[in-house]
Amino acid sequence: MPELIIEAERTEKNYWRDLWRFRELFYFLALRDILVRYKQTVMGIAWAVVRPLLTMLIFSVIFNRVAKLHAPAAVPYALLVMAGMLPWQFISASLAASADSLILNSNLVSKIYFPRLIVPASSVITSFVDFLITVALMAIMMAWYRFVPDWRLVGLPIFVVLAFAASIGAGLWLCALNVEFRDFRYIVPFVVQFGLYVSPVGFSSTVVPGKWRFLFSLNPAVGIIDGFRWSLLRGQPLIWWPDLINAILVTVILFFSGIWYFRRMERTFADVI
Amino acid sequence: MSDAIISVVNLGKKYALLHQEERAHYKTLRETLVKSAASLFRRRNELERARTREEFWALKNISFDVERGKVLGIIGRNGAGKSTLLKILSRITTPSEGRVTLRGRVASLLEVGTGFHPELTGRENIFLNGSILSMSHAEIRRKFDEIVNFAGVEKFLDTPVKRYSSGMYVRLAFAVAAHLEPEILVVDEVLAVGDAEFQKKSMSKMQDVASSTGRTVLFVSHNMIAVRSLCEQAVFLERGRLKHAGPADAVVASYLSESMESNPTPIWDNPATAPGNSIIRIRSISISDANDPKCIFLSMQTEIQIETEYTMFATKVLLHITYHLLNDQGITVLTTYSKPQVHSAGNYRAVCRIPRNLLNSGGYSLKLIIVQNENLAIYEKQDLASFNVEDTAQRDTAYMGREPGIVQPILEWSTEGPFQQGELRYGDFGQIQNR
Repeated sequence: MPELIIEAERTEKNYWRDLWRFRELFYFLALRDILVRYKQTVMGIAWAVVRPLLTMLIFSVIFNRVAKLHAPAAVPYALLVMAGMLPWQFISASLAASADSLILNSNLVSKIYFPRLIVPASSVITSFVDFLITVALMAIMMAWYRFVPDWRLVGLPIFVVLAFAASIGAGLWLCALNVEFRDFRYIVPFVVQFGLYVSPVGFSSTVVPGKWRFLFSLNPAVGIIDGFRWSLLRGQPLIWWPDLINAILVTVILFFSGIWYFRRMERTFADVI
Repeated sequence: MSDAIISVVNLGKKYALLHQEERAHYKTLRETLVKSAASLFRRRNELERARTREEFWALKNISFDVERGKVLGIIGRNGAGKSTLLKILSRITTPSEGRVTLRGRVASLLEVGTGFHPELTGRENIFLNGSILSMSHAEIRRKFDEIVNFAGVEKFLDTPVKRYSSGMYVRLAFAVAAHLEPEILVVDEVLAVGDAEFQKKSMSKMQDVASSTGRTVLFVSHNMIAVRSLCEQAVFLERGRLKHAGPADAVVASYLSESMESNPTPIWDNPATAPGNSIIRIRSISISDANDPKCIFLSMQTEIQIETEYTMFATKVLLHITYHLLNDQGITVLTTYSKPQVHSAGNYRAVCRIPRNLLNSGGYSLKLIIVQNENLAIYEKQDLASFNVEDTAQRDTAYMGREPGIVQPILEWSTEGPFQQGELRYGDFGQIQNR
């Protein structure tokens, strides 16, 4: 007979077991968001393809043709941009979606018990579906350019996991803060926009001057984007180890502190939302 | 170890209320100017301090136990803390003090349809809502047909629920929730939704849940008939405190007598303005339980006593009192009068008794007519006294609402059969096809 004790200051021992028991809710909440997103649209799921494609075109034209930036040898500029956009779109969409997720589901939060972590986490999963579609797009583009990745492709899953952890960690922070301080509704779009300028999405991080490089690499997206390019584009550009180590460190800190902060605030969500 | 599936000990929940300090009423123009100039230069933290924090205990010192398989009713007026209690028990929010021990899985039905998404179809919503309410995918699939049948929405399964009528929406939502199988089910006011037909259906489902499967149910309602019929035990909350806990009948009675608002015993002190004229003045009209004149709580099952005390200022007058009893809709339910008799000057008391099981539940008012010489109305006045009759009977049927009808007497019924062919007095339909 499971016995559950509810007291004022008591962290629940069976939180993680509950999370497992509610595992199907991850799936259904994500499914709901995906289904709802393209309801009553004419183009439907095609939007998931059109949006990254257009962004890629614009970035290629601006950075390659207008700003005269170049890709490392033997890599088409469009592929360089696309490889950078893969993780960036995933991270930025996750941040935006998970920051708002609890507010948008406030009726659930104030009416029903379930581990609240599911809500922001499932919005990251939703963004991951878009990510998979963009991966397919990338594959088609590589075929178009007759560009075959080499053995470094096996590194890709590691960077996907990193992107996932960074998104969830930062998402949990923003989401928990947003419940109490709605200021974050306005801060998050700004952070995402600003992030685009300090992440090497439209350009290669090799164009960043040496003295700024360390500061630049504190943004975990930098290491992750470089990692994606390294494994997808036959090791071009070369990986810069401090970038990667910083990205891993910052991601691990974000991930665990995000969970810690979220769990701490979670108890009062229903009262303040 | 006790057999309590839920033990609540000293539970309390505190909320902080922020108040903006009320502006002092400045007396002179100069004072006003000086103070408002000063407030311009006040620092931010001083402004913060001007906001006072007040603690508000939504619940305090609540303790009770619920045994396994029992149905507990939770009653109280709006704002008494019922919802807060349910929120703590269903783990939506945490208490500020005290402890709750739950020895079973809890599912709450605080508001049906929570988690429904308007854009999704009925089918999609069943799965989404089911998993929000902690049903597994396999469990939902197993009960899918049953849910759809119960809600009666087969034709609209693939229509977005935003195009459902509100009735269909509620039926579907309740259907999903009603098929949950937790050990402890928390239900809040589900009976308030849907039409009479659907209420019947959901009530009998509730009774099923409670009686046959041995589940523990916490049931919040304002419908006292439902509470008395469904619950063995009840707790009565008032302003966050536990006012009364015990057998449902006793708790419901104490709740109802607490909630009587108007004093049903009007007394007139001034002989110049009391109802009546120079011959007769009414002193008081008291309406009470005939068996206990101190009890002003009236139910359909109590004999009601109307006691009129009056003073005669003239002698040798043949006189009687007539009452018209009017219901909420202004319909005269009945007319009754005292025996005409010759009065001399002095004080009198006339007592009239309305039998039990006659009046339906609702509000009533009395119209008084004083008649002289058996045919001359010398005084007439409406709304002299009023009272409420509550229905507290346990029902044999699933319907918990007010039965329609001006009166609600208990009539004798008997049902016989089945008869052989040809035994009915007026013939029959012949051979019966058993369907």
